[in-house]
Amino acid sequence: MNIENLGKTVTLAHGAGGRQTSELIDSVFKAHFTNPYFTADDAAVLEAPKGRIAMTTDGFIVSPQFFPGGNIGKLSICGTVNDLACMGAEPLYLSCAFVIEEGFPMDKLEEIASAMELTAKEAGVKIVSGDTKVAGRGQVDGVFITTTGVGRILEGVNTSGALAKPGDVVIVSGDVGRHGCTIMLQREDFGIEADVTSDCAPLWNTVKAMLEVSKDIHVIRDATRGGVGTVLYEITGQSNVGIHIKATDIPVDPKVKGVCGMLGLEPLYLACEGRLVIIAPESESEKILGVLRSMPYSGNAAVIGRVTEDHPGRVIMETEIGSETILSQPGGELLPRIC
Amino acid sequence: MKNEELIDIIKSYDGPKLRIMEVCGTHTHEIFRLGIRQVLPDNIELISGPGCPVCVTPVAFIDEAIMLALEKGCTVCTFGDLIRVPGSEMSLAGARAQGGKIDIVYSPMDAESYAAAHRDEQVVFLSVGFETTTPASCIAVSMAEKDGIDNFSLLTANKTMPKAYEMLKDYVDVYLYPGHVNAIMGNSECIELAKRGVSGVVSGFTANEILSALAAAVIKVREGKPFFVNAYPRVVTDEGSPAAKSIMNKYMEAYDCEWRGLGIIPGSGRRLKDEYAAYDARKKYALPKISGKVNKACRCGEVLQGLIKPSDCPCFGTACVPTHPVGACMVSGEGACSAYYQYGGEL
Repeated sequence: MNIENLGKTVTLAHGAGGRQTSELIDSVFKAHFTNPYFTADDAAVLEAPKGRIAMTTDGFIVSPQFFPGGNIGKLSICGTVNDLACMGAEPLYLSCAFVIEEGFPMDKLEEIASAMELTAKEAGVKIVSGDTKVAGRGQVDGVFITTTGVGRILEGVNTSGALAKPGDVVIVSGDVGRHGCTIMLQREDFGIEADVTSDCAPLWNTVKAMLEVSKDIHVIRDATRGGVGTVLYEITGQSNVGIHIKATDIPVDPKVKGVCGMLGLEPLYLACEGRLVIIAPESESEKILGVLRSMPYSGNAAVIGRVTEDHPGRVIMETEIGSETILSQPGGELLPRIC
Repeated sequence: MKNEELIDIIKSYDGPKLRIMEVCGTHTHEIFRLGIRQVLPDNIELISGPGCPVCVTPVAFIDEAIMLALEKGCTVCTFGDLIRVPGSEMSLAGARAQGGKIDIVYSPMDAESYAAAHRDEQVVFLSVGFETTTPASCIAVSMAEKDGIDNFSLLTANKTMPKAYEMLKDYVDVYLYPGHVNAIMGNSECIELAKRGVSGVVSGFTANEILSALAAAVIKVREGKPFFVNAYPRVVTDEGSPAAKSIMNKYMEAYDCEWRGLGIIPGSGRRLKDEYAAYDARKKYALPKISGKVNKACRCGEVLQGLIKPSDCPCFGTACVPTHPVGACMVSGEGACSAYYQYGGEL
């Protein structure tokens, strides 16, 4: 059955559990997520991997649901895959739960499912179980997706935000702040037009390639909500160290820099959805950078700073004039400056 | 000139204590962000002055806006920063929690467009700001006039800088004039000020532009007489923007205006002329004269005059933090207290 027969929009009947629900699942979700584990039974039955596993869950409520560089479906796979990847875990299985607003266009839902299929395939993960609920108009904004993932941690890998050591180098895998900037320009009525695309990407292959050349990596984090700045502060707290970064070494797309300049925002605090912060001994730095720069989503990876014993709990920024300042921490809302 | 060369010039200053006041919130913020204080010699002090429109907006103005929202049933459109500024009893955020309709906009024109699209609502725009934002408020009024929109008005607290420069001149040796104000107004007012003994340099906003302006100040101070330098010629011309000045002069007039912490500065305010009373929310809704209650522990007034540092205020960092501001200087990211707090004072 193809989606034309489902009607143009999602209705409450599609979530009621009857025939229409089955039709929706068959023609939209099953059509895209098909694999031997995705069955009509109450739970997926899976092979248990050897060794340690990692598990994570994440809810996605992005508005708008479609943006330059991706959509909520792609995002919902990337977010969970990347969280697993940061623990050195090969993503194996995902579940996804949809809450869809009554009246949501069927072709848009199909587009979301299709993006999930492509992204999951790229990351090598199988969507093995799902749930669909339809909420009345106004009860949710379009569509909300929650994904949960399980992955197998590669042997010999041990990463955590608590493992940064003084002397380690701090690497970002690409230019910062693009996803946050893209969404803000889509959502807010700033009247600013800039050709900025989200960095949303699945990063397991990147992490895998990195771990193949070096297992001696202390921290891998994906810099999502709160951006690279927030991740750095979290690491200083978890590891009880300071982090010293150099403003001129931080890769920022010139368009993102321009938008941030106009609105008075710090790119380090804008969300990324395809960027890693990696902390590793200096001896590993060249190998890691070499691999990152050869991979599709991390061509402009760069060392942006160093872990220090001094200033524990603080991120110190060497500014473009050579002074050292504390990287200020953002205060709640993102507001543009008015003069 | 390169940053390093400019820093060398600034460091070479060997005269008596030099107090340089920046009067623009963006300068305050950039000076902190770039760590400019750290490259200055001990005999040069940078003081953050009263140039953030949120910081100088008096308590009574917030009270008036709340009255419009809660008692007059108006839709209040405002720049985001004003939402959390404490009034006598509450902030606009508090009024919103009590059911007041308060919307954040990014320009006065957006508020006018909102009024045009919602003819059943009475829309008031909180018109704060200096020479840079006042023309936009006037444009919004001209749009409303042209479109026949009678449900749009301004609650004005617009201000101009030159009278404030004169008022604070005894505390300051050199002003770092805000480049975008001079871009609108031109340089004639600052040239006049120099004739009356007030020195200053117009500065842009990049690291190199701010350092250039400071280096120019150091060089000119040595000559021993009042001066004016345009260190932002890329953007600022002597003439300024005739279009912006003309629209301001068409719709607005000067009056004696209250600044938070500084009191009344004669002739420093801008309000709508009588012939545009239909767009003046104070007149349209017959607002009573309100005298706001200021929290006495807050020393924003002295901070704005450069008499004390934010960290000298007993509220700073304890009762008064960005998430719960007591004074306006802690609200806006450009306020001196907020900048001190965000960047942790000195390293």
